[in-house]
Amino acid sequence: MSEPEETKPVKSIKAPMRLEYQYTAGQATSRYLRGIGQGRILGQRCPSCRKVYVPPRGSCPRCAVATTEEVQLSDKGTVTTFAIVRVPSENISVPLPFASVHILLDGADIPFFSVVQGCPLEQVRIGMRVRAEWVPREDLAPTATSIRWFVPIDEPDVPFEKLEAAL
Amino acid sequence: MREVAVVSFAQSRHVRRDTRNEVEILMPVVHEVVERSGIERPFDFTCSGSTDFLQGQPFAFVMALDAAGAWPPISESHVEMDGAWALYEAWVKIQTGQADHALVYSFGKSSPGDLPEVLSRQLDPYVLAPLWPDAVSLAALQARAWLEASGHSERELAEVAVRSRQSAKANPNALLSGDLEVAKLLAEPYLAAPLRRHDCPPICDGAAALVLAAGDVARRVSRRPVWIRGIDHRVEAHSLGARNLAESPSTRLAGERAGVGRGRVDVAELHAPFTHQEWILREALGLEAGVDVNPSGGALCANPMMAAGLIRIGEAARRIAEGTARRAVAHATSGPCLQQNLVCVLEGE
Repeated sequence: MSEPEETKPVKSIKAPMRLEYQYTAGQATSRYLRGIGQGRILGQRCPSCRKVYVPPRGSCPRCAVATTEEVQLSDKGTVTTFAIVRVPSENISVPLPFASVHILLDGADIPFFSVVQGCPLEQVRIGMRVRAEWVPREDLAPTATSIRWFVPIDEPDVPFEKLEAAL
Repeated sequence: MREVAVVSFAQSRHVRRDTRNEVEILMPVVHEVVERSGIERPFDFTCSGSTDFLQGQPFAFVMALDAAGAWPPISESHVEMDGAWALYEAWVKIQTGQADHALVYSFGKSSPGDLPEVLSRQLDPYVLAPLWPDAVSLAALQARAWLEASGHSERELAEVAVRSRQSAKANPNALLSGDLEVAKLLAEPYLAAPLRRHDCPPICDGAAALVLAAGDVARRVSRRPVWIRGIDHRVEAHSLGARNLAESPSTRLAGERAGVGRGRVDVAELHAPFTHQEWILREALGLEAGVDVNPSGGALCANPMMAAGLIRIGEAARRIAEGTARRAVAHATSGPCLQQNLVCVLEGE
């Protein structure tokens, strides 16, 4: 016999919640995103410890000072660590499996998150040299997805000792 | 009890929409307060108050630490409340002897969202939040209850707005200031009756920071330390229906425990985002007619969420440090309709 209605526990309620925000990226990140929209990667240098941050947030978290000097970075870099992703997610447009990577761009002091395509996954390795593959010039926009992914380039690997400081 | 003093205070110029990120807003304020404190980083303790719901950015409260400098790792804590409660935690930390000085900061960037709707998310999630009552409508329920209970009229509400805007003319950080006329205000349409626009706080983005130090340290670094002689905070029921909205028993109790009545009060900085709340708070704290209330213009002229309460303490302390007041009361509130209240009594040497 089923439980009478008046003593049945209420096991769930429906309370959909949606908040909309007009996000503002901040000054430093806005400059970075505008650069991306022109096919350029802009970092910022700490006036105190001289580290170059990318994407910049306008501050050096170590020195707690504002970073004001803008630095244009190469779109080439070195893989500092990686993971092979085999789990599907509806928000990711890159075909599975793929390598998510940290890339230390030439001239930067902190690695940058992206994806490597264009080689068998078993060839992805720490120290591997890569270059950004941008969307076609006419599709460039101030958004992180203007860089589709990174692809390997024919340059010798960077020895681990040279990457250690930026891991 | 250890003696604890406010040794420096700083705030941003509050604006309707600040396109900087939280670190860009906070860093100049933190730099200013640290420099004025005469204490070198790292502080023994750092405590902040903010909520990521305002700007819709998860972990903004963690990223904000870049403004304070958290490397090498520091002793640090965060409250999902107004910075006045971060100050309370720092005060307790100093009382325990684990810290001799502390940096307190808070920031609120409300402009990216719809603030009155965002604030409805702090309500009971099962029976109240699904109805989406916005913050202004809830304040209006309280205003109506107070008007009926006190026999006052909407004119007395408008008078609070007029006085606040006038006072804010001397406050360069306020968003709103100027000369208003009661008759003109009363001719304005209601936002949520009985509240009109002037009865409500402006939505704004801003930040504040303050440095606390214990007895000897405070005397060493500051010519005019402002002593926290009493501090207490109390909370009321979460259900708005379970409270008498026309009164603020939590403020009354916190005021008694903080020792508001133990001497003459020169200045009171009350965190009353809505005009009727100033009346409720004055009564709960037993403030006499001669007390200078909100000489800064108060939250009606600049209300950076999560910082406006800490700013009350900073503004009150500033007046004592400047020598224009000898004894001051600062109050901060949190939650809908004055749900939780903190009262702090400040004195010079």
